[in-house]
Amino acid sequence: MIAVRVVESSQRFGTRTIFRDVSFEVAEGEVFAILGGSGCGKSTLLNQLIGLLPPSSGKIEVMGQTITGPSGAAGRLAMQRKIGAMFQSGALFGSMTLLENVMLPLEMFTDLPPDGREAVARVKLGSVGLGHATGLMPAEISGGMAKRAGIARAMAMDPPLLFLDEPSAGLDPVTSAELDRLILDLRHDLGTTFVVVTHELASILAIADRCIVLDRNAYPDGGGTIAIGDPRTLRDEGTHKMVRAFFRREIPAKEAK
Amino acid sequence: MAGQIDATVRTEERDGTTVLIVSGHLDVHAAGRLWKQALRMARQAKSLSLDLAGVDYCDMSGAALLVAIETARGKPGAPNGASPQTEALLQRARLAAAPTPPGRTAGPSDGTRLFAGFAGNVAYLGEVAVAVATIPKRARMLRPPDILRYADQAGVKAIPLVLLLGFLMGLILAFQSAVPMRRFGADLYVANLVAISLLRELGPLLSAVILAGRTGSAFAAEIGSMKVNQEIDALATMSLDPVTLLVLPRLIAAVLTMPALVLALDVAGLLGMATVMKAFGYPLVAVAHQVQAATSAIDLFGGLFKGMCFGFAVALIGCRAGLATGVGPRAVGQAATAAVVGGIVATIFLDGLFALLFYRLGL
Repeated sequence: MIAVRVVESSQRFGTRTIFRDVSFEVAEGEVFAILGGSGCGKSTLLNQLIGLLPPSSGKIEVMGQTITGPSGAAGRLAMQRKIGAMFQSGALFGSMTLLENVMLPLEMFTDLPPDGREAVARVKLGSVGLGHATGLMPAEISGGMAKRAGIARAMAMDPPLLFLDEPSAGLDPVTSAELDRLILDLRHDLGTTFVVVTHELASILAIADRCIVLDRNAYPDGGGTIAIGDPRTLRDEGTHKMVRAFFRREIPAKEAK
Repeated sequence: MAGQIDATVRTEERDGTTVLIVSGHLDVHAAGRLWKQALRMARQAKSLSLDLAGVDYCDMSGAALLVAIETARGKPGAPNGASPQTEALLQRARLAAAPTPPGRTAGPSDGTRLFAGFAGNVAYLGEVAVAVATIPKRARMLRPPDILRYADQAGVKAIPLVLLLGFLMGLILAFQSAVPMRRFGADLYVANLVAISLLRELGPLLSAVILAGRTGSAFAAEIGSMKVNQEIDALATMSLDPVTLLVLPRLIAAVLTMPALVLALDVAGLLGMATVMKAFGYPLVAVAHQVQAATSAIDLFGGLFKGMCFGFAVALIGCRAGLATGVGPRAVGQAATAAVVGGIVATIFLDGLFALLFYRLGL
């Protein structure tokens, strides 16, 4: 089964083309990474995938629902019930404790009694290493903790597909490695599909089955895809200069004008 | 998903032990449906074991239910028949659900907080006094374009509102008092009444309320979001004094623009009153004569001076609310509210003091 299918998606803001003709598929149970330097449109692409930003052109299917085009609104609604998304900053609700943040979707969409909601939310927070901080407010925790709490909230309903925006950026190496382990465990035990936006090379090589590399200078008139495939293969055999720069830190020499 | 079996839970007696048999697709919705029933069964059993052979799918919420069943009945033996995946999830859920010490520590008591707030206000007044005293040394930090920008924000942009409210206030006051005073044939003296109350009281008071609502809150929100974004910390680490750079220009702007706002409100109010008097059939000359006879320069300048003091208080409190902004998304909103409430309360309090002062001075 295909969890995500993107066909020639483009995004333009005014006359500026962020990227164009991006196409890829993510199979169920796969960990798929979206890579690229700053400003190449990684987060824009993610926003398209989770239905927050309609693409300027192209077609996107997520969990069997077409979320673009004239019938996109209904598809987006159905799709958003089946996914979880973690935003860069965690996007926790500031007026609720971490526990209440995770309990919110459980309260809205399941028949769990209050003690059940709390037990389920504690397990989710505990699994991201926040079992000690359930009663804290988002303003009282660090950025790394907010990210992990964001992941716990995204997992609240055990969705089969999780979108993570820069999950390990700004985390210490130990927490980052624990997060990678959690992603792999969830994929192994539950068959969860992950679409991860990141530029943490170690994390990509550890968890991603496949990846897409975007570059803002892929075309003369804008950004787009420069490579797609297994990150380890791209690291060893990638030929595009930006792919080599990304995976092997080979900074391309400035071309003479 | 098609073909999945709804999860069920039932008990069976085997060799004197109650066996809780869970089967089917144990996802978050099934956990919600079965939670109460399963825990009740677990609590009723004397000795319990779990049979998970029939579970064909279990997610983390399902595992949370299984852990809750386990903990409801003390420590039952290892569940039978769980698939490796379910067993792994269960193990993780057990670890994650293990009780941990509460993370929240008790905050300071109300008394301590109140004292800290008071001490903070005193310190702030001191900082402002120091900033004013050291202006000659830090003249470069006090930037005239900033003062003009805040004066524009606090003064020029408020003029239409002040004119409208002043005109309406004069109109309403005159109309409300003219009707009863006409019974005594004293309706000409409405001009005296409205002129005195506008120049001495309502002009400065209403202008200060407008300033608190429009500008005090804006000051608090601007400085508050700078605080939340650590811009104030950035200023401090560049050894730039936030009070000189952010508070003084706003104070100066508010103090300088308030007399103009008060004057505009006075004039608009008198025009509103004159409109009513004209409608009642009095010539404008007679109204002007009454106003001139009833009021003196002291009334006008006293009112303008009061306005300056109110402006100073409103801006001082607005900036203080901004600098005292806490953390979190609601902090900026709370700072703006504190600025408006504090500004209005301080204005009315000061007005009372001025009433006493003017009385003692015989003004």
